[in-house]
Amino acid sequence: MGEEKKTLLEVKDLRVSFFVDGSEIKSVGGVSYQVREQEIIAIVGESGCGKSVTQMSTLQLIPSPPGRILGGEILFEGKNLLSFKPESREMRRIRGKKISMIFQEPMTSLNPVFTIGNQISEVIRLHKGVNRREAWEEGTKALEAVGIPDPAARMKNYPFEMSGGMRQRVLIAIAVACGSRLIIADEPTTALDVTTQAQVMELLVRLVREKGTSLIVVTHNLGLVARYADRIYVMYAGRVVESGCTKDLLKHPSHPYTKGLLGSVPRLDGDRNQELIPIRGVPPKLDGLTDRCAFLPRCPYPCEACKNRPYPGLRPAGENHMTACYVDIQGGDYDE
Amino acid sequence: MMNERQDPLLKVSHLRMHFPMIKGLIPKACAYVKAVEDVSFEIEKGKTLGLVGESGCGKTTIGKCILRVHEATSGTVLFHGQNILDMSRKEHRQVRRKIQMIFQDPYGSLDPRQTAFDIVREMYVADGATHSREEAAKRVNELMTLVGRPPELGSRYPHEMSGGQRQRLGIARALACSPELLICDEPVSALDVSIQAQVINLFKRLQRELSLSYLFIAHDLVVVRHIADQIIVMYLGHIVEVAEAEELCRKPYHPYTQALLSAIPGVDYDAERARERIVLEGEVPSPTKAPSGCPFHPRCPYASEACQRKMPKMKQVKPGHQVACYRVDWERKCD
Repeated sequence: MGEEKKTLLEVKDLRVSFFVDGSEIKSVGGVSYQVREQEIIAIVGESGCGKSVTQMSTLQLIPSPPGRILGGEILFEGKNLLSFKPESREMRRIRGKKISMIFQEPMTSLNPVFTIGNQISEVIRLHKGVNRREAWEEGTKALEAVGIPDPAARMKNYPFEMSGGMRQRVLIAIAVACGSRLIIADEPTTALDVTTQAQVMELLVRLVREKGTSLIVVTHNLGLVARYADRIYVMYAGRVVESGCTKDLLKHPSHPYTKGLLGSVPRLDGDRNQELIPIRGVPPKLDGLTDRCAFLPRCPYPCEACKNRPYPGLRPAGENHMTACYVDIQGGDYDE
Repeated sequence: MMNERQDPLLKVSHLRMHFPMIKGLIPKACAYVKAVEDVSFEIEKGKTLGLVGESGCGKTTIGKCILRVHEATSGTVLFHGQNILDMSRKEHRQVRRKIQMIFQDPYGSLDPRQTAFDIVREMYVADGATHSREEAAKRVNELMTLVGRPPELGSRYPHEMSGGQRQRLGIARALACSPELLICDEPVSALDVSIQAQVINLFKRLQRELSLSYLFIAHDLVVVRHIADQIIVMYLGHIVEVAEAEELCRKPYHPYTQALLSAIPGVDYDAERARERIVLEGEVPSPTKAPSGCPFHPRCPYASEACQRKMPKMKQVKPGHQVACYRVDWERKCD
């Protein structure tokens, strides 16, 4: 599929920690992934697994202190973004122009005291160097492109005058207005209603496909990405535990955590009388991580290697499919 | 309406809840938000009724009307044959112990200054009878064990617990006064996926062991299908479809239910990629500006003139499966 496509973003061994009250919270502990051109990838994980922090690091939006990027490289168009200072001119040119971000909370990521038009045209003016009137016109077109009815009138609205779905559309309009090469959508639909979720996802994916942009969707919902993503990275406790193309990963999950996630969601065609298979225990605290596999305390297949040897790191589990587990449980029954 | 084998535990008839919008120096209701319009349903003992809909459809309001957190505008709520809405405060206080609520945000509904033990104990001893210290402690520990919380953790405060633990505590508290009906308002939607399954299983186990009845309010149709026996789909205060859980998901008749089902993402790769998705136009209108006739008609792909004029009545398509849509007869012919 994307074999000949060029790599747009490559993150190598990114490590981010937060230092709070004298303890180190290892939010991201050595994450590597890549996004090719025109590719849609998904980063899936539960709250606190470091999926959002990873994305914030790409744009250097980590509040520091307490956060600190301890190591790794983020290569975008051949340049290491981490070699730039967060407030440098280079970074500012990248944010919003080359890489845009859509946040989960559409209310808090729009400024309540400025009109929608003001906020869209500001971005366009900054990055495209056009004058106010041109920027306003382009902004109106951008609103039209995301399916907001009566865009000219809507430009004069304030965020509070719009519904959640509308606001999320505005954010998408802002993100695509400057022709970004990569859009990072952090839980773009979590705050929305189910039917609105479907609308927003379809819209986002359609725009991305039309413009040939790459997209990273960060989400906790495996189902949301099954339909759209080309590849999936599953994160657990600050590390990628499994990666692969969507089809392979969903059909033949290899890491016990991925298996557990898939087994714990109820299905529309499932047997109602059968109990769900939850993952036992709770996610680990990130300030006490050892070099062992973080999933070990919850794993239904612990083996000697897991207890005695450090975290295995990603290893091939098939074609374009990597997993960080000593135990090969492919095809194994999940009967805990 | 439904088969009358057994007296239902809870019978809600023609429940209406209109919230006045008050304006002006001399407070006066200038308009009404019709949050719940003519809703009727029954819950049998040991059964689960699922209430599904998007935000603003009135599902939470129904729960609150049953508990009399809101005083309903009209209608009756019969619990064991007695109308809760007519009761005096004193009578109601006794009944209220039998109907408990579990909230979406377990953190916001737990007192941050009380330990887990005190939170549950307070509820247990609030029945007016005398309890010795030992007896109360024994009962609280029993409850904790029942919901899968180690009793040793009783001295913890809510902020020291994870989301799943807090929700378990919320359930233990609700169980402390031996209720017969639990109103669960989005009890798992704030939890992580791996924890969600644990709590859903807990709900099912408790129902088996204590023969509890649930009114399970949620927006996630898949979760509700897994736990509920019967499902009601609501849209803007109206019931649009009622059916047995599996029947509803297999053969939805109402266009809204169809869209809702098709919007739910699944994890089955082949099914997901092959599926035609019904993406609705527009958004749920605000209940202050509810459209005339069938509330769904502005977004409905099949809306006709009749839909704009009058809300269609509930029609039975199969025993136990009712739909409020003019198109039903036509759809049935196609089957």
